[in-house]
Amino acid sequence: MTQRESPSQTAGPYVHIGLMPNHAGLPGLYDGDLGAGPIMAEGQPVTLRGRILDGEGASVTDAVLEVWQADGTGTPGIWARRSTDGPDGDWVLDTVRPGPMRFDGGWMAPHIALWIVARGINLGLQTRIYFPEDDHSADAVLAQVPPGRRRTLMAVPDADGYRFDIHLQGPDETVFLNI
Amino acid sequence: MTLRPRDMSGHPPAIAPAYRSSRLRGPTQAPIAIPATPTETTGPVFGHGVLGPLDGDLIRNFAAPGQMAIGQRTIVHGRVTDEAGRAVPNTLVEVWQANAGGRYRHAKEGYLAPLDPNFGGCGRVMTDDQGRYRFETVKPGAYPWPNGGNDWRPAHIHFSVFGSGFGQRLITQMYFEGDPLVARCPIAQSIPAGGAERLVAPLDWEETVPMDARAYRFDIILRGPLATPFEATP
Repeated sequence: MTQRESPSQTAGPYVHIGLMPNHAGLPGLYDGDLGAGPIMAEGQPVTLRGRILDGEGASVTDAVLEVWQADGTGTPGIWARRSTDGPDGDWVLDTVRPGPMRFDGGWMAPHIALWIVARGINLGLQTRIYFPEDDHSADAVLAQVPPGRRRTLMAVPDADGYRFDIHLQGPDETVFLNI
Repeated sequence: MTLRPRDMSGHPPAIAPAYRSSRLRGPTQAPIAIPATPTETTGPVFGHGVLGPLDGDLIRNFAAPGQMAIGQRTIVHGRVTDEAGRAVPNTLVEVWQANAGGRYRHAKEGYLAPLDPNFGGCGRVMTDDQGRYRFETVKPGAYPWPNGGNDWRPAHIHFSVFGSGFGQRLITQMYFEGDPLVARCPIAQSIPAGGAERLVAPLDWEETVPMDARAYRFDIILRGPLATPFEATP
């Protein structure tokens, strides 16, 4: 039996009500917002931050971003949810540096998967953060990305960790993945 | 399980010009196809323990004790399956919506229709071992929205569904049978080839509770596995 995936629709401007009601000012519904707690996992602590920029360079301040990554041993299991509805649109993730992961007889370079939804985004956007210091030569996913665009998937070291800005459009448009 | 490649023709294009917000937010380059790796075939698992007793009752989960939300009492239920027709059991379904007057309880929302002090507009349920879910709410109202003209959203409920792998993650919207606004909605009509019809929940007469609530049935299909020669056909 084969059927087609349900069509996607935008999460709209009020996605925070549904996915993080405490953060959105609806207290008392849930004990806490899923994915908002501190990340407790094996590995070297690391802080990532960034913002999402539209085709005119404006910060997208109504998005929700989800994270899925491996811990320091390369075992997937860390999930988190963040909003970009602060004044400057920055999201911040205090996590651990993922370890390399086995895939198809080889190794994938350490990476953090992101899924982004917001008003104006018709299908949740999947992308990945890689770390510039790592060896990416055997990574089966990066191998599919034109070399000139791979830099859009690299975190940029900054004062207290890394920065990863997501460009929805423009000359630096982030590579999004059709998984 | 490895995922079947996503059929992008069943989804709205990234930029659907009639939906104004997508013009500057939709990526202009096609997404790059990658193999489904363990990062995509695994995902977060939530136990039934995350749910509170009223999480699936939007009529009462934000109401003062003894009070209820105003609106047409409505049951929404259905099944979550994958493209292979298999149940997606024990997966989290999160929903959010406007109140009966078409007003969201959100800091940035300023529509004329009043808030209902007893309605939050947020709920969540888990599917059972057959992939079934059910929640109770009031039917959301239609509302006007800024899109450059006289645009009205049809009554709708937002759905967020996880599945078993991060690559199955889906957000969509449910519409109601018989709503003439679906055909006029730039967001619903951004789905190619009349695909909005697939998101219209029919009235489910059998599940309607006499003297209480009407029921609507909304089935959700997530991406499924790549078939292998070893896969048994049920």
